[in-house]
Order: sequence, then structure tokens, then C-alpha cells
Amino acid sequence: MIWLDTLVQGILLGGLYALFAAGLSLVFGIMRLVNLAHGDLIVFAAYLVLVGVTRLGLSPWVAALLAAPLMFALGWLLQSLVLNRVLGKDILPPLLVTFGLSVALQNGLLEAFSADSRRIPAGALERASLDLGLVTIGVMPLLTFASAILAILALNGLFYHTALGRAFRATSDDAVTAGLMGIEPKRVFATATGIAMVVVTLAALYLGMRANFDPSIGPARLIYAFEAVIIGGLGSLWGTLAGGVIIGVAQTFGAALNPEWQILAGHIGFLSVMLLRPRGLFPRAVD
Amino acid sequence: MYQFTTRTRAGSATAVAVLVAIVAGLALPAVASRGVIQNLFFILTMLTLAQIWNLLAGYGGLVSVGQQAFVGIGAYAMFAGVIRFGWNPLLAIPLGGVAALLLAIPTAFFAFRLQGAYFAIGTWVMAEVTRLLIAQWKALGGGTGTSLPRDATSNILGVNAIRGLFAVREAAARDILAYWLALVLVVAATGGVYWLLRSRLGLALTAVRDNIDAAQSVGVDAVRLKWAVFLIAAAATGLTGALIFLQTARISPDAAFALTDWTANVIFIVVIGGIGTIEGPIFGVLVFFALRSFLADYGSWYLMTLGMIAIAVMLFAPRGLWGLISARADLHLFPVRRRLVGQKIEGLE
Repeated sequence: MIWLDTLVQGILLGGLYALFAAGLSLVFGIMRLVNLAHGDLIVFAAYLVLVGVTRLGLSPWVAALLAAPLMFALGWLLQSLVLNRVLGKDILPPLLVTFGLSVALQNGLLEAFSADSRRIPAGALERASLDLGLVTIGVMPLLTFASAILAILALNGLFYHTALGRAFRATSDDAVTAGLMGIEPKRVFATATGIAMVVVTLAALYLGMRANFDPSIGPARLIYAFEAVIIGGLGSLWGTLAGGVIIGVAQTFGAALNPEWQILAGHIGFLSVMLLRPRGLFPRAVD
Repeated sequence: MYQFTTRTRAGSATAVAVLVAIVAGLALPAVASRGVIQNLFFILTMLTLAQIWNLLAGYGGLVSVGQQAFVGIGAYAMFAGVIRFGWNPLLAIPLGGVAALLLAIPTAFFAFRLQGAYFAIGTWVMAEVTRLLIAQWKALGGGTGTSLPRDATSNILGVNAIRGLFAVREAAARDILAYWLALVLVVAATGGVYWLLRSRLGLALTAVRDNIDAAQSVGVDAVRLKWAVFLIAAAATGLTGALIFLQTARISPDAAFALTDWTANVIFIVVIGGIGTIEGPIFGVLVFFALRSFLADYGSWYLMTLGMIAIAVMLFAPRGLWGLISARADLHLFPVRRRLVGQKIEGLE
């Protein structure tokens, strides 16, 4: 039953990657922004939660709950003060600005928290598992996967059943016309990035509780997230989940063959999908 | 007779100044210390990488964050030539260019499938895949890397002649040889980009960058052009990588495929100096080197500062430091703009 076990672990790992990617997918879907600092923002949020746990003695869940509004504000400010100024037809300025932000954030965290790897203590939950007969699964991976599904349900609900979501979709389709209807695109963008940062906080919580992290790991997480978004098809959140699962399964099968091949197998899975479906599995819009 | 020209007085003056600088640069090892030569080697190789990246992103609109793939594969191919085939290190350098060119073909194939900004991610994934595969190559040290063998480094072509010429030790002679090669490479890269921009290919390139639909409507083959620029840039980056690791004589996957060293720093140089100009990278590398020297003792503050400066430049002076100067003074040291010259047309007032 080793293969079934590998498959299940891979699918659950995909939930974590989908959480990394959901914020990216949202932001890209609304404003076509590729945020190269997304991975470092996840690591930043993980440190924020860690500070809440170690300095204030909070439980990780409460710490994340407090970190979420802070991250929302950070995203809102980042978008309105910096990113809104460089968004436009030319893709170069936003790429370079977020790249600069990524390097600055990484080294700022290094200065503040040193290169030691840290972990958010989660108590008994860290080692709890469920015996399902055929396979045994960890409670933490299961919670991660469930959170990814809940996050995507919530985002889709917001997107398709609220006034704010209507503003998001209208701005995504045509920012100028949306502006004529009384929607302020820049405010919409700032709110979207704020919401993406709330998802980032959730991703950071699981990143920090499941494994060790240090200031330099952001880019590696970012690359999995991007692969998930691209495999899923740009702009589709369920596609992003499917993309995350494909990367996760490819990685666990690679690792089962040879532990050195885990990361490589994930990338090769991504390249294979690119070869067969260059626009991803569920492309939502023509961009 | 009417004709197009890009020649200006500032351009001609620059050409003379550049020639003088090249001759002075070649003669410099006679008077400069080994430390100066090593610093100049660093500056010249970074400038070469910056000119190449500027060609890709600034003129070709191809924002690659995976150039470390070509530095790394070039360096490893050179090491393989020396260690596996017993070639002289100097003759193994071109192998780096060839290997990078070959790697660029699948990289372009995958990355060009991704639209817009996702092109950057495609190049990055390919660089990661290459790094992970090279780390599996046990004959070249696997994940921990390897050094050039002693008998190979002591027999590099030309080193003995340099020792005789300047009466220096072998290690210093090796640095001088690497420095001269870096000088040749930077002149070739800068001159090559300049020549390219003044040619038909360059005209097509800037046309595609400015408006791809209009360019295609007058018969520019945009896809072929992007392939050409990407492959040329990859080969040149591979040569530079081989030269950089000839000088260090030690290699590991993490050093050869370092995103920070070979892509982040290079991007900062181009952005701070001024993207889309030939002067920009030259200015940028000087600012970069000065910052590096001043902030060397402050560890990660230095990279953090570079990142913040790059953001500030993109926000407030998107054409970079050189852009500020050239806009004020209308100065172009490497003019590429075509102007019509000839007799005054009669009857037109």
C-alpha cells in the first residue's frame, strides 16, 4: 500500500502549495500582477505569527488571527503606495519592483531574525495522526488541505456573490469601464492585495507549524506556488488547487524513488503539463 | 544624396575615449596591484552580464530571472572540459558558450510558451531544474562541487608568458590573464550590443519592444527575433560564467547557479544605472561596486539597500541614473537613434 500512501500524502501536500498559490492567483486574476515577493511575504507572515507565539505567549491560531489584519493593512499599503504606481501596459516595472522587494524583505528578515531555522510550536497537533485503515494520515496535513479548500470556497464566494466580488470581476475585465461605473480601480486593487495577504497569513501559519523555516526559503516556496497557478490555468482558483496537488503528488512520488529527486520531480511534473497544455488545465480568461 | 546615420559628436568622442580606455586597461597590469586587478575582473564580468541582461530585458522585453542557469552551465562545461577531457582551461572556455547555447533551446521552448510576466517564472524553473540535475553529476563533485586540478591550473596557456612579462607569481599571472579575457569579453559584449542595435536586427528589436503589432504588420518576424536574442544572450552568458569560474578555480552548484550573484545583482545594476541604454549598465556597475565596498561590513544590509534603491529608482526615475543625466543634458554616449542627413532640400522653408 506504499503507493496509495504516497499518493495521499502528495495530495495533502498539494493543499499546502495551493494555499501558497491562492493569493497569487487572486492578485493575478484581478490586476495581471506577478508578485515575485509573494514567497518572502509568506515567510514574513510566518515570523509575525512566531513573534505572537513566543513573545506574547499566544496559541498559533490566535496569533494568526491577530496577524491577519496587520497583513491586510500591509498589503493595502503596499498596493496603494508602491504597486499601483507601476501597474500598466509595460510588464517590466512591476516585475522589477517586486523583485527588489523580495531581496530587501529577505535580507531584512535575515538581519532581524538571523539565519537560524525556526518553527511555530503547535503542541500535540504536530504529531497527531488518523488511522484510516488503508493509510495513516497526519492531522496537520489534513487540516492544511481542509483550510485550502475552505479558503478557495471563501474566495470564490467573495468573488461571485458579493458587491466587492462584482467590483473585482468588473475591474479585471475592463478597469476603465469599471471606473466609469463608479468603481475606483486603485482601491479595488488595494483591497484585493489586502485579502491576498490574509490568505498569505493562513499559508504562513501552516508553513511554520509543519516544517522549519528561515528567511531564505521564500523564493523556493514562491516557485511551487507559481507552478501551481500556471498548471491550473491563470485566474482559476480550483485550477490552482489542482495544480498544487499535481506538484505535491509529483514531489512525493519523486521522493519515494529517491529522496534527492523530490524537488526535481515537482519541476518535471510542471514542465510536462506545460508541454501538453501550455495554457494550463482550466484557463478562465484569454489574457 | 541622403542617408541615415547614427553618428553624433558625443558618440565620436566616446569612441575615442573608449579606445584609450581599452589600451590603458590592457597595459594596467604592469602597474596595478593584484587586488586592483581582481576588483576590476569582478567589475568587468558583472558589467558583461549586465549588458547581456539589458539586451534581453531592456531591448528585447524578455525579463529573465534565470540567467544563473547559463552562468552555471557555462562554468560546469568548462570544468568538464578540463576534468573529463583533459583540455587546457583556456580552450575549454568556448565549451561554456556552446553548453549555454544548447541549454537555451529547451529553456526558450518552455519559457516562450508562458505569457507575459510568466516568462520570468519559466526561465527560473529551468534554472532550478538545471541546478538540481548538475548536483546529481557525481564526476564533477555532485552537490558539494570540485576544484580545477593543480596540474591544469598551472599549465593554462599564456600564464608563463605573463609571468615572464611582468615578473609575477603564477597565481597573479592567472588573475592577469583572466582580467584580460574579461576586458575582451566586456568590449565584445558592449560593442556587440551596440552594433546589434545599429543594425537592421536592432531596429526590428526596438520596433517589437515598442509595439509588437505595428512591427509585425511591416514584416518583422517577432518570434524568430526573440529566439535569436535569447540564444545569443545565453551563449554570451555561458562564456562569462566559464571565465568567472576559471578565475575562482572552484565550483559548486550553489555558487554557479546563485540567483543573487548572477541575476539579482545584475538586475539591480541595470535598473539603477538605467534600463534600455548602453550607458546605464556602465553607470550601474560603478554604483553597485561603490555600494558593495562601503557596505561590505554590514552583511545583509547591503543587499537590502540595493533592493530598496532599485524599488525607488523604478518608482521615481524609471529610466535610471543615466536616464536622469541624459534627459537633462540630451547626451547620448552610444547613439543608436537614426537621423537623416544630407543636403538641405531646396524650396522648403
